[in-house]
Amino acid sequence: MSTPSLRTRLAARGFDGTTLLILPGLAVMLGLFIYPFFYGLADSIMPKEGAWYANYVTFFRDPFQYRTIASTLWLALPVTIVNLAFAVPIAFRVRLMTRQRLLTTILVLPITLGTVFVADGLLTFLGPQGWFNRVLVLVGLLDAPVKLTNNYWGVFASLVITGFPFAFLLTLSYVTGIDPAIEQAAATLGANARQRFTKVFLPLLVPGLAVTFCLAFVQAFAVFPSAVLLGAPAGPTRVISIAAYQAAFEQYDHSLGTAIAMIMGAVELVVVLAVLGARSMFYRGPTGGTKG
Amino acid sequence: MIRDQGLVSKIWRLAVWAVAGLFILNLIGVIAAVVVNSFATRWLGTWLPVGLTTKWYFSAWKEFQLSSVVFVTFQIVFTVVIISGILGVTTAYALARRDFPGKRLVVLLFLLPLLIPPLTYGIPLATVLYQIGLGGSFWGVVLINLVPSLPFVVLVMIPFIEQIDPRIEAAARVFGAGTGSLFLRILLPLLLPGMLAALLLVLVRTIAMFELTFLIAGPTSQTLVVSLYYAVFAAGVRAGQSIDAMAVIYMVTTLFWLILALQFVNPSQIVARAKQQPAS
Repeated sequence: MSTPSLRTRLAARGFDGTTLLILPGLAVMLGLFIYPFFYGLADSIMPKEGAWYANYVTFFRDPFQYRTIASTLWLALPVTIVNLAFAVPIAFRVRLMTRQRLLTTILVLPITLGTVFVADGLLTFLGPQGWFNRVLVLVGLLDAPVKLTNNYWGVFASLVITGFPFAFLLTLSYVTGIDPAIEQAAATLGANARQRFTKVFLPLLVPGLAVTFCLAFVQAFAVFPSAVLLGAPAGPTRVISIAAYQAAFEQYDHSLGTAIAMIMGAVELVVVLAVLGARSMFYRGPTGGTKG
Repeated sequence: MIRDQGLVSKIWRLAVWAVAGLFILNLIGVIAAVVVNSFATRWLGTWLPVGLTTKWYFSAWKEFQLSSVVFVTFQIVFTVVIISGILGVTTAYALARRDFPGKRLVVLLFLLPLLIPPLTYGIPLATVLYQIGLGGSFWGVVLINLVPSLPFVVLVMIPFIEQIDPRIEAAARVFGAGTGSLFLRILLPLLLPGMLAALLLVLVRTIAMFELTFLIAGPTSQTLVVSLYYAVFAAGVRAGQSIDAMAVIYMVTTLFWLILALQFVNPSQIVARAKQQPAS
């Protein structure tokens, strides 16, 4: 019995001329993403002086450095929770709207304009003579303008302005993916609005919300330009990306810089894995109502 | 649609809309503050500026050398779009059409850059690029911007290619089309709407991509957003109105492409792959 040629056997497993089309893209990713990652990992354990772990010791011994982890989390976690907490009920309302296009177009503006533009705008808008403070004084909520820029709240506001639309649009795409027939069935069986939300929608939404949380968290965690422009980059909003940038490009210690970048990736990964792990404890299954 | 008519749900509905309205009001306020300030002669401690002028646009254009910055920005952005378009579509085609061992790993490789903060992979990559002498150069900026944009094209295009019936290609083959004419006359026209959408989204994202470009850009390879950052960072050196005029120029260039992109895509596709609507 003759065995089929190598070409035939490979094609049967899915390797043929068409499969080779992935090679250029794959090569770019290996060269620009995987190789630099391992290069960085190796670079981070070859410090300017000392043992291989010296960079990591430097980071975790110096409170000015290791506190950046806490200050980043102290910004990113509350912002993500706030954004998601507002995104869910609003997405549930907007889902019933027939013309969502104008709203989604307005909300996509801050995402496309980016954090630098938003930071520039907020510097004027939230400033002591800005419209935000003026309105609050006019309405009588405040006696005198409060300081909202160059501190924690400035960065917080910029992360809400760019992060909320992001969380909202993602949530909306998950919410509209749920078959409305499921809600109608629940309502027919006598479930009120609260029960329909907690017993029907929420379990179906948890996987999507977990992914949204992770993506929104990654964005907030990576905060950099607004923490510099709108925050107090030497004080409470000295986030970990500032520490990594300063080490690599201001002190020209790329070994320490990559080490901090690796720590940053690791901390983020821990949070993401924790959220995704918690997700697996909930229902996973189809969100459509039809038979499979 | 089911609507509850009770008082509590009415209050709840009102509260939700109020929060959404407040957010949009603040958002418009932030953008309007930039636009108004860029036209202001003097704006200190009043609701609106004393007078209006367009002189800041001329001074910003000269001070920040915007003609060269805008030119460089478009050079960089279009190069990134073309390269990531060609590589992304071919890669997405193979991933959509073939099943092979290790495919999940390849897909994961294209997902990772979108899940990791840009600075985490940007700093090692920038270090590598500086060591091979590309730091501060045009190609350095292009290469670092490929890392998020190539996977983005791939992930947008895979579902789009999957929904094109492979039997159309088979039929073309039966009628004697070679690979070249199959691609040019069958696949390209079918892929064009998806490609246009994906590439316009990459365009908008690359214009606004700050972190990665910032790490590698030199004086001659700065994009508009990086120049804007430096201008805001050094606020006080120049008039605030001048900086805001530059911000408005940046906003207009971004919005032009965004509006163009919105002709082809749903706004929610800018953040996520749109969910397939349930059949029927």
